[in-house]
Amino acid sequence: MFGYYLDLALHSLKRNRVLTALMVMTLALGIGASMTTLTVLHVLSGDPLPGRSGQLYYPQLDPRDMDGYHPGDEPMAQVTWVDGMNLLHAARADRQALMTGGAVPIQPADSAIDPFYEDARYTTADFFPMFQVPFLYGHPWSGADDEAHARVVVLSRGMNDKLFGGKDSTGQTLRMNDAAFRVVGVLDSWRPSPHFYDVNMGNYSDSEGVFVPLSASRDVRLSRNGSIDCWGKGGGDDDHIETSPCVWLQYWVQLDTPAKASAYKEYLTHYVQEQKALGRFQRPPNVRLRGLTEWLDYNKVVPSDVRLQMWLALGFLLVCLVNTMGLMLTKFLRRRGELGVRRALGASRRAVFAQLLVESGIVGVVGGAIGLLLALLGLWIVRRQPSDYAELAHLDASMLLITLVLAVCASLAAGLLPSWRACQIAPALQLKSN
Amino acid sequence: MNLQIRPILVALRRHKAGTLLIVLQIALTLAIVCNALFIIQARLANLAVVSGVDEANVFVVANMWAGIDESTPQVDALVRADLLALRQLPAVLDATPASGYPLKGLGWDNFVTMTPEQTKPTTDTAVYTGDEHFIDTLGLKLVAGRNFHPDEVLPMGAQQALTPPAVIVSKALADRLFPGGNALGKSFYTMGTAPTTVVGIVDTLQRQGVDRWSRTHAGESLIWPIRADDPRGVYYVVRAKPGQLADAMREAPKALYAQSRLRIIEPKDGIQDYATIRHKVYDSDRGMAILMGVICVVLLAITAAGIVGLTSFWVGQRRRQIGVRRALGARQRDILAYFLTENFLISAAGVVLGIVLAVGFNLWTVTHFQLGRLSLDYVAIGVLVLLVLGQGAVLAPALRASRVPPVEATRSV
Repeated sequence: MFGYYLDLALHSLKRNRVLTALMVMTLALGIGASMTTLTVLHVLSGDPLPGRSGQLYYPQLDPRDMDGYHPGDEPMAQVTWVDGMNLLHAARADRQALMTGGAVPIQPADSAIDPFYEDARYTTADFFPMFQVPFLYGHPWSGADDEAHARVVVLSRGMNDKLFGGKDSTGQTLRMNDAAFRVVGVLDSWRPSPHFYDVNMGNYSDSEGVFVPLSASRDVRLSRNGSIDCWGKGGGDDDHIETSPCVWLQYWVQLDTPAKASAYKEYLTHYVQEQKALGRFQRPPNVRLRGLTEWLDYNKVVPSDVRLQMWLALGFLLVCLVNTMGLMLTKFLRRRGELGVRRALGASRRAVFAQLLVESGIVGVVGGAIGLLLALLGLWIVRRQPSDYAELAHLDASMLLITLVLAVCASLAAGLLPSWRACQIAPALQLKSN
Repeated sequence: MNLQIRPILVALRRHKAGTLLIVLQIALTLAIVCNALFIIQARLANLAVVSGVDEANVFVVANMWAGIDESTPQVDALVRADLLALRQLPAVLDATPASGYPLKGLGWDNFVTMTPEQTKPTTDTAVYTGDEHFIDTLGLKLVAGRNFHPDEVLPMGAQQALTPPAVIVSKALADRLFPGGNALGKSFYTMGTAPTTVVGIVDTLQRQGVDRWSRTHAGESLIWPIRADDPRGVYYVVRAKPGQLADAMREAPKALYAQSRLRIIEPKDGIQDYATIRHKVYDSDRGMAILMGVICVVLLAITAAGIVGLTSFWVGQRRRQIGVRRALGARQRDILAYFLTENFLISAAGVVLGIVLAVGFNLWTVTHFQLGRLSLDYVAIGVLVLLVLGQGAVLAPALRASRVPPVEATRSV
């Protein structure tokens, strides 16, 4: 029977090409627009470290003085050098890393390459195992290197390609800011998205090209980038930043079980009380221990424009659906006579319903397929925009599946009401009126 | 004209599903179009912001140091030498060092208080640094007071916190801090213990940022007489002689590299004229406005097509009835009026529902996206557009209907 319905449907669709094209294109535009925006949103709100993100936490403290204190205020978004170092050395978590961003002038040994600036991350040894950073050559530096202020560096794959032509460069020397650093490792391609560990440095930007121990970066005064927040009489003077009342470092911990997480939160409260007793802190204990996903939500990492665009596109899809439904209804009702004859010749209401549903299904499938092409075109346009997330906008398998499901559901939704309405026709009446 | 509304309503009751769908479609279209127009207007208003800079002749060189002696006096010597070289170029009118420039995107800003003890800031100001050439280089208009004296300009090292005694403020900042009037000679504090005293007021000087935070403090900025001797780098803002922008932009990097090669000026975006700077900073606003515009046009086209499709069907279905009416004496224009009125009634119903949806959607965006309240002007525009669109879309099928000959009444099929 399906073959026969298909034949009938194609015949009927061909009879009024303009109307068919209008229905298909309307549906395609709606699906294309909503899939483009949904895909962008999906990419931007993705999990940066699948499998590990559930165990990563971002501790927050409030080391400010009582000026401008309101109970219930959020604690600060970063930590001071003193607190960061205290927490790092206490090593109460399974893994922990202290870090900040910067930019370093690189003086390549190869004189054919002009000196250039590169984004850098100054951090501690656990950064690499904690964030499951893949290595192509060599290995991360060790905690001992941190303590020894070792002049070592880890390069990103792209940086290694640029400086050493992609060869294993471990053991080589790299000059940065007039100091020599020894390459100990080269990363494989790694671009967590969002750039979760420092949301001040471009939420979807590429990861840094060089990684240097935090201790060594301070020794050779590599310049610091990112957010700095001071209070009291603090100034962001780079030479005294370790002792200033300023927060400028991100501190991440890995806690493997929820029990450890709650124990760590208690430890943080305890730490604050201890610092208060020492006179360093003044405010009552106010700590937060947000998980990675929670931290990204709290920072509203996904641009609100992208969310707004998605809602508008869904509204657009709704209009397209209503429009297709109206056109389909028109078309089916126009064929009352034909349907009446079929009913009079013995076709059941169900059979007529199935026949019409097949016809709307064809419109849906074709509309969905064109919609998919339009979504690919839309994503291509998004990729050509100058925003820092542009190059991430690709359709993945799950979004492809969602597109197909959306297309089928949309066309069925658009076809259901008209088909039902059309198969309500009383055959006798139709025959009589003709 | 004798409009028969009752028969139209009775006829529409026989096409409930179709009528409801078209009402719903008009309502949704109106809701989306009103809000999209509102967003477009807000974004376009951003694009039109006046920076205060002589944008036709000014460009910015992002100069990064590499491998220099990083002590502040050494950096200061380099910066002074560079400026001298830039100012001597034939195509250059003037140049200044700067830590940032209007419409840069992100930049330095400080809270302002009227006393050092005050905990809740009075406002927030963008901070620019430059020497005595800053005002002339950017082409700012000094409306009160004086420019900086050369001996007031202080060298400032890496991320050093310095509060110079003299400051030039924008008129917007002066009005905010001293609503009573003359700000000249008055002092304020910027997150420090040392006061800074207003010596001059410039007309318009936009902030570096264009984000929502900056927009709430639009135009509030100050200039400090500081040569930024950051060992990482410095911006040189350069003003070309009228009509010689391209020459100046070509000469500037050559002159700088001739001074010293211990620097990096990115070939890609190290030198930018103001057209580029403005284009870049408003990218997302422009993109959003274009996208909203496209959505509006496509939506209206789809809705018009829907109306044409449905009305054509109704006309085809009612040929006999139309023929009967014509045979009984109805004129062509009575038939035309019938379909136009029918469409008007449907559109009116859709529009009423649409206004409710538009306001509802806007209230939702106000809470979720911090957008402003929808002004009723946009609703009015949207309503007008949809009513005209409806009448326009129905015209062709209605004209076809009016040409149905009376003899149609006698045909059986």
